[in-house]
Amino acid sequence: MPVDFTALRLVEVSRTFGRRRALHRVSLTAEAGTITALLGHNGAGKSTLLSIAATLLQPTSGTVKYGDTEARQGGRDLRSRIGMLGHDLYLYAELTAAENLRFFAKVYALDGVEARVDAALDRAGLTTRRDDIVGGFSRGMRQRLALERALIHEPRLLLLDEPFTGLDEAARGALRTRLRGAREAGAIVVLTTHDTAAIEGLTDAAVTLVDGKLAA
Amino acid sequence: MRFVRDVWTVTRKDLLIESRTREILLTTMFFALACVLVFAFGFVREGRPVQDAAAGILWIAIAFSGTLALGRAFERERQGETLRALLMSPIDRPALYLGKLLGILILLSAVELLVVPLVALMFQAPLFDHPLLMLGLLAAGTLGFAAVGTLFAAMLVRARSRDVMLPVLLYPITVPGIIAGVRGTAALLQPEADQPMALAWLAMLVFFDVVFVTMSLWTFEPVMTD
Repeated sequence: MPVDFTALRLVEVSRTFGRRRALHRVSLTAEAGTITALLGHNGAGKSTLLSIAATLLQPTSGTVKYGDTEARQGGRDLRSRIGMLGHDLYLYAELTAAENLRFFAKVYALDGVEARVDAALDRAGLTTRRDDIVGGFSRGMRQRLALERALIHEPRLLLLDEPFTGLDEAARGALRTRLRGAREAGAIVVLTTHDTAAIEGLTDAAVTLVDGKLAA
Repeated sequence: MRFVRDVWTVTRKDLLIESRTREILLTTMFFALACVLVFAFGFVREGRPVQDAAAGILWIAIAFSGTLALGRAFERERQGETLRALLMSPIDRPALYLGKLLGILILLSAVELLVVPLVALMFQAPLFDHPLLMLGLLAAGTLGFAAVGTLFAAMLVRARSRDVMLPVLLYPITVPGIIAGVRGTAALLQPEADQPMALAWLAMLVFFDVVFVTMSLWTFEPVMTD
């Protein structure tokens, strides 16, 4: 059954790794058509929170709801509505740009794969490099391609972990434009950053994590 | 239908990468070749091989080169954290597991295409006298080994000591399967091939396969979800 939702809700979410507490009773709501920033220093728990929202980690306690659906109930239908751009870019360095996009389009069982791949390459400005191996790309090119990889299935929930890292000003501008486009298309965008200048004027809400807790 | 398509999508991607780099194939083939040649110097004296050595050496070469292939196959998924992308995708976890397993089986089959004739040649072993039984032993033995190996390699992909841990975890569990493969092959290499004995060992390998594949499919989802 297709799963769709218009809000991501984390209620009192905690997560521990052994004796280390990564998140402590974090509550957060992100609505469709908004961009929410998670701010905080390294080790504050931002990536853990994104991993939980991406269904890659289970919270030790608390609930994560995608509309009315919980992660365990949603299964593959829920996962098909989530896109994530990690700090590692989730790209195969040995494949070409087009092959990477084609592979993930097939993984998401999308229709019109070639048209989607062409459009994604066009948006990433990589049409002329479509048949080049990704391992030879610059950080900025890989980042643009990875963003299109994360968006190729038009996810409802888009999660981005430090998306501005290593980008020059032009690439940052392009990324901001692309994220605004996702917001206008009704996506719930949640991104982590410790670079507040990069998100100035972009986000609708921002929360700060300090040692796994929401800052007052 | 979608399940089969997902399995093939994952396998096809692995084979495409391998066809481009040939990294695993060349490394494992070279390793298996070196293994057989070194043993040949030790176990062949004045042109006569030590009796029953061929069966053991064949399976040692397969097991050791298989361990190498398993580690490398998942190292690729670790480098770009692409395994996380696959775990987040709508692909069923069993389909992901089977896709990776099928890719490793194809690579190991290619290694066996080199190793089996080489062992037959170096040790004057009649490995092709009973081709169907030999094929059955190889297929069943390789499947059992790769089934457990794929699960453990995936589990260890983010562990710091994965290169050490993989053989430590893998061999104790797969040793019964390797012994069954060795004994089944040795039965076929007797002056008078003992086909009933080889069939009995093959049946045991098939039993191991059913247990290993079922357990791996059952546990892959929980062990990959933290």
